[in-house]
Amino acid sequence: MFNQYFQPNDILIIYPELLLALFAMGVMIIDLFLDRAWKVLNAFTALVGIAYAAYALYRLKSNALNLSGYNHAILNDSFAIYFQFVFLIATALVILISARYLSIEGENRGDYYALILLSLIGMNFMVMGIDLITLYIALELMAVSEYILVGYLRTNRQSNEAAMKFFLLGAFSSGILLYGISLLYGISGSTDLRVIAQRLAERPSHDPIALVAVVTLTAGLLFKIGGVPFHQWLPDAYEGAPSTITTFISVAPKAASFALILRIFIVGLKPLETSWVPVLSVVCVLTMTLGNITAISQSNIKRLLAYSSIAHAGYLLLGLIAGNEYGITGIAIYFLVYAFMNIGIWTLVVAMRRKDLIGDQIQDMAGMIYKNPGAAVLMLVFLLSLAGIPPTAGFIGKYYLFASVIQTHHYVLAVIAVLNAAISLYYYFRVVVVMFMSEKTDEEKMTLSPGVLTSLAVTLVFTLLIGIYPEPFIRFAQNSLSLFQ
Amino acid sequence: MEPRTYLWLIPILPLLGATLNGVLGRRFSRAAVSAIALLSTGLSCALAIFEVVTLSDVFPIIERHFTWIQAGSLRVGYDLLLDPLSSVMVLVVTVVGLLIHIYSVGYMAHEEGPNFGGFYRFFSYMNLFMFAMLTLVLANNYVLMFVGWEGVGLCSYLLIGFYFRKQSASDAGKKAFITNRIGDFGLTLGLFSLFWMFGTLDYQPIFARAAAMPVEPLHQFGALTIITLLLFIGATGKSAQIPLYVWLPDAMEGPTPVSALIHAATMVTAGVYMMARSNVLFSHAPTTLLIVAVIGAITALFAGTMGLVQRDMKRILAYSTISQLGYMFLACGVGAYAAGIFHLMTHAFFKALLFLAAGSVMHAMRGELDIFKMGGLRKKMATTYWTFLIASLAIAGIPGFSGFFSKDEILWRAFNSPEYGRLLWAVGWITAGLTALYMFRIVFVAFHGEFRGGDEAWHHAHESPRVIRVPLVLLAVGALLAGYVQVPKFIFGGVEKFSDFLAPVFASTTTHGVAETAVNGGHHLELGLTALSVLIALAGIGIAYLVFRAKPERADLLEQKLKPLHSLLFHKYWIDELYSTLFIRPIQFLSTWVLWKIVDLFVIDGLGVNGSGFVVRGLGRGLRHLQSGRVRAYAGWVVLGAVLIVAFLVFKV
Repeated sequence: MFNQYFQPNDILIIYPELLLALFAMGVMIIDLFLDRAWKVLNAFTALVGIAYAAYALYRLKSNALNLSGYNHAILNDSFAIYFQFVFLIATALVILISARYLSIEGENRGDYYALILLSLIGMNFMVMGIDLITLYIALELMAVSEYILVGYLRTNRQSNEAAMKFFLLGAFSSGILLYGISLLYGISGSTDLRVIAQRLAERPSHDPIALVAVVTLTAGLLFKIGGVPFHQWLPDAYEGAPSTITTFISVAPKAASFALILRIFIVGLKPLETSWVPVLSVVCVLTMTLGNITAISQSNIKRLLAYSSIAHAGYLLLGLIAGNEYGITGIAIYFLVYAFMNIGIWTLVVAMRRKDLIGDQIQDMAGMIYKNPGAAVLMLVFLLSLAGIPPTAGFIGKYYLFASVIQTHHYVLAVIAVLNAAISLYYYFRVVVVMFMSEKTDEEKMTLSPGVLTSLAVTLVFTLLIGIYPEPFIRFAQNSLSLFQ
Repeated sequence: MEPRTYLWLIPILPLLGATLNGVLGRRFSRAAVSAIALLSTGLSCALAIFEVVTLSDVFPIIERHFTWIQAGSLRVGYDLLLDPLSSVMVLVVTVVGLLIHIYSVGYMAHEEGPNFGGFYRFFSYMNLFMFAMLTLVLANNYVLMFVGWEGVGLCSYLLIGFYFRKQSASDAGKKAFITNRIGDFGLTLGLFSLFWMFGTLDYQPIFARAAAMPVEPLHQFGALTIITLLLFIGATGKSAQIPLYVWLPDAMEGPTPVSALIHAATMVTAGVYMMARSNVLFSHAPTTLLIVAVIGAITALFAGTMGLVQRDMKRILAYSTISQLGYMFLACGVGAYAAGIFHLMTHAFFKALLFLAAGSVMHAMRGELDIFKMGGLRKKMATTYWTFLIASLAIAGIPGFSGFFSKDEILWRAFNSPEYGRLLWAVGWITAGLTALYMFRIVFVAFHGEFRGGDEAWHHAHESPRVIRVPLVLLAVGALLAGYVQVPKFIFGGVEKFSDFLAPVFASTTTHGVAETAVNGGHHLELGLTALSVLIALAGIGIAYLVFRAKPERADLLEQKLKPLHSLLFHKYWIDELYSTLFIRPIQFLSTWVLWKIVDLFVIDGLGVNGSGFVVRGLGRGLRHLQSGRVRAYAGWVVLGAVLIVAFLVFKV
């Protein structure tokens, strides 16, 4: 009777996630036996787990197994596998920079890494799920781990406050999302997105119940990616969270939420396209514009990057609005690029944290070119990439997104997006001006741990490589086009 | 079966050297830096020779590596092309480049003091230049060529401003860069139009389709005429032709080997190469060709006159380079592409030699370049003198030296051009006289007569070390012999190896275009014209002797008598001042008063930033109630947002 629910295939499909879960438990157990001086081994264990999972995922990709399992609740297609690779890369980079930071903060414990791995599992299921219940549970697994991680600095008031806010609002938005899910179930009698799409297509257009379902789903999902007007938790959480966790939640969970949005809107809600495209267009414009304009007046680098990340979510929405191959490729390549450039810049912010200096004010970077010329140049590259200037990777990402809306004749959106990219130059270069043109205020140099150095090297190389020779990366990103099948 | 080829290694080796020296050079000894630079250039040179020799039977070779950019229908591959034209260029670039690298080891050994660290920086830039230049000539599409084109521009900028602590050097670097931007703007427009018209930027499909198109009528501006004119604008920037030549004389602020390699032998000829490469396009646009020929001829004459009165040895050579480039453009303009490339090759040898010899003199004179503070140097530095003399004879077009063959070929082809042929020839002929005159002015003033720089300087003057003399001698051999690959018919029946070798590249041109200049008049006419050019060259040398050697006071007298003319030439026709008044000041005015004071300070800073800052702060004050930790208010926003979306949908639907 058991094999009525489970196939042997099912275990294989989630093999990478099983490994990650094992390692998450393992880190916590090993941690119990480690001296304070050896806590860095936890990071190492977690990295091994990720490497193992990446290898398993690679095998899965090349073996081309039957990728649907669990009674069609899971669909591990190449779209899912692509995004899982992005999560693995981003998470590995974050773990690299965490060890030194945690020991400075005096919170170097194993559960930190375990939570990161659990969150990663949640994200993986978010991109594999094709069933709303699976998707919701995966989302919550990711989110709950994040809530704890944001408040990980137990003695830090700001960190606790950020976690509390994040948790309350996250729960609130999950409620709204769940409401939308229940409405869809009510309409279609199924939680499978493909079945829902069929049922929705059969219903009359402008069906009020379907519209309410769209609105609630949109509101709940936009919250996760920080779309305006559901963005207010984001700067507070980014600023209050430990910098390494901010690095983490600014990339991988955002990519996961976006992949989830793509699955729900492109697969499940495709029949209602005419109603959500205008809504998302307005949200997209608001998100880009408000993110960029508010970023101009920030003096704290973490807040500045938080608003910049809101603006980037706006650019990404362009790809969804276009909804064509260029748009989806654009979103996929953008997240790969974003993983490198954003983690790169956050790594530098993390590295500025010293015993006596929080290092999160833009003024703390004054005269960086004289103190740490290497770091200043790296920062410049990442800022150029965020602004989308060739030959950095950021340009390729923006090119695909902007081109996609031009293809679908959303010219007004394209113009607004380009104007926004121009505005963003202003605040990115304000940081450059402080680094390169202000006098230094002290003599103390940054010390870079091996982990930070590795992370910087990887992010720098890929930020430039994708910009100069984008071809293979674009082909890699085009894996995500299986979404349309 | 396709032979196995390693073209990609030719540019990559110098890139490797540049990277090694650039990243780690600080920790290397000078010997290690020189070894890396020489080895990478030397290997690249050896490989280039090997590939050309072994592959010359199976030309053209196209090596496709990978797709670099794929956007819509545009595919740009990292594809390299070795055909007769690019092999001539590759050989010139690597051979001359290698000799100049060797020379630089000796020349730059004196880099010290304020330029500590300059040694490895110099070689890193030089290798980077080699990489870019080889990419330019080996590329099999316009985009990759453009990458090399911009790369050599960047290296040129870096090396002109090598002594960046010196204001004039960094200004000269900027001048070169900005002037080139103007040309590059034309070039990029040309490339866009090419893509728009042909849907690709690979050489072969463009040339195949263009060859099938009808030749556009003269004095009309068809599509190909406009495209080729745009490409030509790019060429005038890079190859220092009217009106964009002004940067080259100032570029002499860079170290002398740089002047020899970049600003005489290789980079500045990129424009000529590009036109020869695009010969099919140009030959279908006779209007453009005519403009090219006229601009080339005028530039040759104009730069030659300016070279007559300068006192700075390197500047005289710079004007001479502009003038010789004018010849090459003249050749392209009359459809004699092979002759242009021939002159490019011989010029690379003798002009590099002239610059290196000038560097040797500068070395002996502790940086002094005013030829009127020299004199009699031939007694102190025999090798430098003799090599300089050979190069001068070559550039003056004295029979037996390489310049004679190439210049003569250009003049003969110009004479036969159906459009203003005689006039173009006459201009080129007069320029030949001027060339001999200004070159032998240097020879007589600097190397003969009495020393005019004081006892102490005379005492210091000495011959340069062997590492400098060897490249001089080798280049002198080149300057002497490089011409014998192409000898006119009236001398022992002639040799046509060079033009035969290049013939496949220009094949479609000679069958279709106007370039089919019926060589009329026969060998007697050619012989007569050659005699005339030799005559005027000898006359130039004679005048130089009479004025500057026999009775040096004549020079001053002449200068007094022709005061206005001398002043006009010495101030370079006030072109820099004219550009300054016409372009630079208005732009400065615009940027100061409109862009900076009004747009930047008032609109952007005032209204935009402070204004938006003000608004955002105002909003912020309102929003602060929400943004200061009240979770209920945040949740309220979420609900409000949802309500707004519903409202939006209801009213829209």
